[in-house]
Amino acid sequence: MPSIKVLAEREEKRVRFTGGHTLCAGCAEPMVVRTVLNAIEDPVVVASPTGCLEVASSRFPATAWNVPWVHVAFENAAAVISGVEAAYKALKKRGLIDRRIRFVVFGGDGGTYDIGLQALSGALERGHDFLYVCLNNEAYMNTGVQRSSATPKCAAATTAPVGEVIPGKPQERKDLTEIVAAHGIPYVAQAAVSHLIDLANKVERAMKYEGPKFINVLTTCPLGWRTPRDSAIQQAKLAVETRYWPLYEVIEGRYKINYKPKERVPIEEWLKTQGRFRHLFRDPRGKELIAQIQAEVDRRWESLLRKEQCFGQEG
Amino acid sequence: MRKAITGHKAVAEAMRQVEPDVVAVYPITPQSEIAEYYADYVHNGLVRTELIPVESEHSAMSACIGAAAAGGRVMTATSSQGLALMVEVLYIAAGLRLPIVMALANRSLSAPINIHCDHSDAYLCRDSGAVQIFTESAQEAYDYTLMAQRIAEDMRVRLPVIVNLDGFTLTHTVQPVDLLEDEVAKKFIGEFKPVHPLLDVDHPVTWGPFAMPDYYFELKRAQQAGMEAVPEVFLEVQREFSRVSGRNYAGFFEAYKAEDAEYVIVVLGSTAGTAKVAVDEMRARGIKAGLLKPWLWRPFPAWEIAEALKNAKAVAVLDRAFSFGTMGALFEDVASALYPLEKRPVLVNYIYGLGGRDTTVPDLVRVFEELPKIEKAEWALRYIGLRE
Repeated sequence: MPSIKVLAEREEKRVRFTGGHTLCAGCAEPMVVRTVLNAIEDPVVVASPTGCLEVASSRFPATAWNVPWVHVAFENAAAVISGVEAAYKALKKRGLIDRRIRFVVFGGDGGTYDIGLQALSGALERGHDFLYVCLNNEAYMNTGVQRSSATPKCAAATTAPVGEVIPGKPQERKDLTEIVAAHGIPYVAQAAVSHLIDLANKVERAMKYEGPKFINVLTTCPLGWRTPRDSAIQQAKLAVETRYWPLYEVIEGRYKINYKPKERVPIEEWLKTQGRFRHLFRDPRGKELIAQIQAEVDRRWESLLRKEQCFGQEG
Repeated sequence: MRKAITGHKAVAEAMRQVEPDVVAVYPITPQSEIAEYYADYVHNGLVRTELIPVESEHSAMSACIGAAAAGGRVMTATSSQGLALMVEVLYIAAGLRLPIVMALANRSLSAPINIHCDHSDAYLCRDSGAVQIFTESAQEAYDYTLMAQRIAEDMRVRLPVIVNLDGFTLTHTVQPVDLLEDEVAKKFIGEFKPVHPLLDVDHPVTWGPFAMPDYYFELKRAQQAGMEAVPEVFLEVQREFSRVSGRNYAGFFEAYKAEDAEYVIVVLGSTAGTAKVAVDEMRARGIKAGLLKPWLWRPFPAWEIAEALKNAKAVAVLDRAFSFGTMGALFEDVASALYPLEKRPVLVNYIYGLGGRDTTVPDLVRVFEELPKIEKAEWALRYIGLRE
């Protein structure tokens, strides 16, 4: 498993994603991108849908990418990488390429949970050999914090504002990790930017498998979450500690929870640190809404524990 | 070798001979048979192509873009609603200068839903930046699928090319088609030369960057230069194809008895075959009728078309789709082409054949009969075979 030392050495040897990009101060995305790319030894080709990372890394005529990289549109990164991977197989068959090349997608929750879900599902079902990493920052941050299906219930978003009648997003977030797991692909995991070694280990384990791999990474957006710029790691850590964002893997259908917080930290601890939930602590309805959010966190955690019990790696 | 096959089989055979690295395709009536034939070739080991049975046409073109940027030769095919779904990414294929060849089995657009032929799908992507070729027969569909590959891949062009063939009329009817021997076709197509492929991992490139007002305009101007290079390349490829095939392709359009014609029909696709019979019938009556059938529609060979029509008394341009709120798209192309002439023929526009409505020889004879009676150019639509 790659240690911090190994990751750092690789970063020094060959910078795959350089500085000079225009991602916001405090954005968690570059940490995830670098960790993932450093956890892979082989040469890589990267695809990204339209989103923060794409816009901030590829303004013509500059680029932050030191690896081959392609962007086509918002909803089709998984289809684009399908084509790249198929061309690789074809050229390999014809003897025009002999090296092993790995294929990685970095997409936001907009391009993954929502507009790109069909293309993702298609690519997973067809079994292309690639790793899809969702940089889940829980809203359409690139275009100004509009809601996505990854946005948590009650969070304020510009298309789900806190109004007199409706306090933020009325719906629960979609459980994309489970939807992806239902495709029966070899490797599925949840990770968080606060646990970078865990992430690197997951990438390394994932890349041992032929076929589609998917890692959903909670990637703090201080701008959209309305948290201090130096809080990205803390925020993600608290999401893990409150069991809002469990770290787990589904390897060949077997569940494994990588980290079980010893104490039950109430979700309130996470909510109260973020501006997008501020109204819950001012509004008289807030208490009830927080209780609903907690109940859903508990339900999902219980469900995950049961899956591990029933379909655990030993079982 | 001559075979009795459908237009679809003819296109599929051309694709088999091209043997692209990747075919990403989604079935839709009437195009489905192309996808089926090709899957058959792959599953029986006749080609080494990687077939991507995508979940939509949007993904078909997206996967083609990924495969082409990776450094592979790629092809696809679609129709109608499928094209409408993929049109977003078709623009991007052109903007990224990717030589993707696509057969378009022309079918009407909904609503109402209808599976039969008209040209509303081709017109939908008129301004996409893809080169567009129209064909009259299964033979032409086969020939131009091979030629399209060379045009798309020419370093002066590097753009997607669409080969249009009328849904059902061409795709599903059996016609005699002369196929090239596989070796002859393969030699004509040649090896694919990728440009800055993604899979050249030692020379990493960024594909599909984002351009602000400081560069966007120049990048689009460069794309237009690729389009402007098409006519020269088109004629070169026709010359070489004529040499290897023994067939005679020369020019952007076929002019049938048009040289001394006083009355001319301009029409795209299979209806040109019907129009030829109508021309012969008029000629038998002593009326100087002619036909002009563009093969190349985008880019539009305006100057050459104006030259070919300048001595006519009246010209009927037939459009197989509305451009709602204005005249037919082909009519407007021809009208623009004629504008610089000092003496212009009378020009009229007919809309015909929507949703597969049959257009017969008597229908087109009537057009020729009407033309001498029209005294000046009109900015009003006329219709063929419509109940009003």
